[in-house]
Parts: sequence; structure tokens; C-alpha cells
Amino acid sequence: MLDKNGIAKRIAKEVKDGYYVNLGIGIPTLVANFVRDDISVEFQSENGVLGMGPFPFEGEEDADIINAGKQTITTLPGASFFDSATSFGMIRGQHVDLTILGAMEVAENGDIANWKIPGKMVKGMGGAMDLVASAENIIVAMMHTNRAGESKLLKKCSLPLTGVGCVTKIVTNLAVIEVTSRGFELKERAPGVSVEEIKAATEGTLIIEGDITEMTI
Amino acid sequence: MILKKVAGVEEALQGVESGMTFMLGGFGLCGIPENAIAQLVELGIENITCISNNAGVDDFGLGLLLQKHQIKKMISSYVGENDEFERQMLSGELEVELTPQGTLAEKCRAAQAGFPAFYTPAGYGTEVSMGKETREFNGKMYVLEEAFKADFSFVKAWKGDEAGNLIFKGTARNFNPCMCGAAKITVAEVEELVPAGELDPNQIHVPGIFVQRIFQGKDYEKRIEQKTVRKRS
Repeated sequence: MLDKNGIAKRIAKEVKDGYYVNLGIGIPTLVANFVRDDISVEFQSENGVLGMGPFPFEGEEDADIINAGKQTITTLPGASFFDSATSFGMIRGQHVDLTILGAMEVAENGDIANWKIPGKMVKGMGGAMDLVASAENIIVAMMHTNRAGESKLLKKCSLPLTGVGCVTKIVTNLAVIEVTSRGFELKERAPGVSVEEIKAATEGTLIIEGDITEMTI
Repeated sequence: MILKKVAGVEEALQGVESGMTFMLGGFGLCGIPENAIAQLVELGIENITCISNNAGVDDFGLGLLLQKHQIKKMISSYVGENDEFERQMLSGELEVELTPQGTLAEKCRAAQAGFPAFYTPAGYGTEVSMGKETREFNGKMYVLEEAFKADFSFVKAWKGDEAGNLIFKGTARNFNPCMCGAAKITVAEVEELVPAGELDPNQIHVPGIFVQRIFQGKDYEKRIEQKTVRKRS
């Protein structure tokens, strides 16, 4: 079974040379730590920066340079700043190659819910609806089940949707799954996790074809 | 040169009244018009509608206006850092309209650029698109979203000149440029106000035509919401 860093490590393998990548808050943010350093990748943050670098050294933080999680950051050579309309032009115009975000629920048709629990949590969607409606390559990073042990990979989402039919791949603590027209297609198992365990933790239709290899991270 | 400079925040906010709709720049606490917000608190006007990506934190930014119950309605994309906001929203004291962030930005830019509405894929098939016109283009579904209408825009820039030209710094740019010229009157506050001619015209982010009043701001706190640093190895 993977921990949060393990999930981020596995997703980092999906980041290819020449990609512009938008990372969501939480596990997706960790992906930047594991991207191979022999490829060229630029990270976009939707509040208005391309070419994000690591956190600043103590004492060098700048209130005017933050990411979408409101954390202080630095920029790398080649970076640029822009306004919010331009930033979402990059996203809506499909100039960003890969979007990685968290989710509360994903349905077998690719629907995603990650912004609201009616009556409990209403923080807002931020940029998530724009991101999922526009990106062609969307990877969800999440735990396979919620704190109550219930599956987050469902036949149909129960929470208010963020976007419809948009998720292409899911990486959880248990598995790598592709979303196809037939449902969730199991591609890889996490180290030490059996196909049966993944099946038991998946409420939606799980397609298992051939040998499911253990992932390498 | 058309002079946009006013003496200070009091003169810059002349004409603001209860019941008006305001746009306020900033993302989180980054690039917010601190002086204009302080003056709105000082003026004590009520029943205002605020268009702003976030709602500040409990004791800073728009949170200061929330504390005094001056805001009737918030139009935002993310409001997660403010307990008083959540309390007022859940109790029904505060009306809240949540809008996808890119749609929020574009509703400002559309108002600035003279578009009454535009189609966006964001929110299609979700509760955001309920009651709105939808349409298919090239096999994909889009939602019709209308431009904002506002009485005042309050923006904050790094540098500006007397002609109202603005330059922003870092990610403090965010919603500020899109909100310039998107309301009847745009008020820009700047960290450094210089005479016309001192800024390089090649480097201007927002031309002065979009700004009606500009003033030299003071006492900027520029609070950091999430200070994240790494250790020197």
C-alpha cells in the first residue's frame, strides 16, 4: 500500500518532458518533489505563475509571490507572472498538458466531486471546475476509500459534481486505474496489495483483464 | 496627459454608498487593496455586494468588513479561510454566490472589454450551470455566463503613475488587471506613485484609460497567509 508520498511518486512518472503541469492542493503538490530532474517541466499555478520553484529559504519569503494554496514560493529561470483571466485562458484554451488534482469521489464514467459536502463543508470550487472542464489529461490523486472506509470510486457520485466525464486516470494508495467507456480499468496494483483487496474497495465497475502487475515507483 | 491622481483614500472613495456593488482585487491576502478596504470599514456603509475571489481571513482583508456586517452578498470562488464568513453564511445573514475561478476572472474581463456574456465549459453539468443557457460547440457543451456589473473596482498595484498606468509585482497581479475598467469607477492604490513619464511605456500592465482615480497607498501590511520555507542545506 502507498502513502501520500508514494502516490505522488507514482504520478510523477506520468509527467513527461516538455509538459506544462497544474498541480492541485494536497497530494498533487507533492508530485513536484518526485519529477525526474533530467526532463524539462514547468508548473503552473492558477493564481498567475508559470515556472514555480521550491519554497523559499527562511527569511526570503515574499508576500507577493505565492501559489494557489497561498503558500510562499519561488520561481525558476524562465518563469512568468500573469493575471487571472490569462491564467484561465491557458487552462481553458488547453495549453496546460496535465492537470493533477484531489477528489472526494470519482464515478466510473469519469465524473468528479471535490468541492462541496452539502450542510457540512462549503468552501467553494476555486479553479477546479475550470480545470476539469477544459483539461484533456486529468489525473486524480486520492486515497481509495474515505475515513469511514467507504469506496471513493463509485458507480455514481453522491456529492455535488465538479465536472462530468472528465477524469482519465486515478492513482490511489491501492492502485492505478484508467477511466474507460466500460468503467474503471485496473492497470497496476500498489506494492503488497492484491487484486481482491482493490476489488473490495471499489464500488464502481472494476474491469480486470490479464495479469495486473505490481507498480514500480 | 490626463491626470488621475487624487490626494488620498478619502478622495478616492468619494461617491461610495450603501447598497453598491464593488469589485476587489487580490487572491487570498495577496494583492488586496488594503487602504480601500480600511476606508470602507471607516465609512461604515452597509448592504454591499463584493465581487472578490476570496473573503479574506477573520481579522484581515474582507474579513474586516464581514466583522462589521457591512457585506450583504459575496461573489467568490473560494471562501475557506474565514470562520466568521462560514458562520454568517450558514446562519443566512450573508448571501453567497460561488463561481468557478476562471469564470469569475472572465466575468470581470468581459465587463472591461464590452462583452455582455460568454460561453465557458466550466461548471457544465454541475449546479453552477443550473438555470443558465447551455449550448454545444464542436461537440462540447458550454454554459453562458454574463459579465459583471459593478459600481466601483478597488485594485492594488505595485507601481503607478499620475496618468493611472499600473505595474504589478509577482502573483499580486491576479484579479487586479481584469477588474480595471470593469466597473463604473476604478480606484487604484499603489505602493509607489511616480510622475507621468517615469514608467517605461513598454512595461505597463494596465493602461491608465482603465483607471479613474489613483492614489499613493500607505502602511501596507502585506500579510502572508501560509508561510512555507525550506531549510538551507
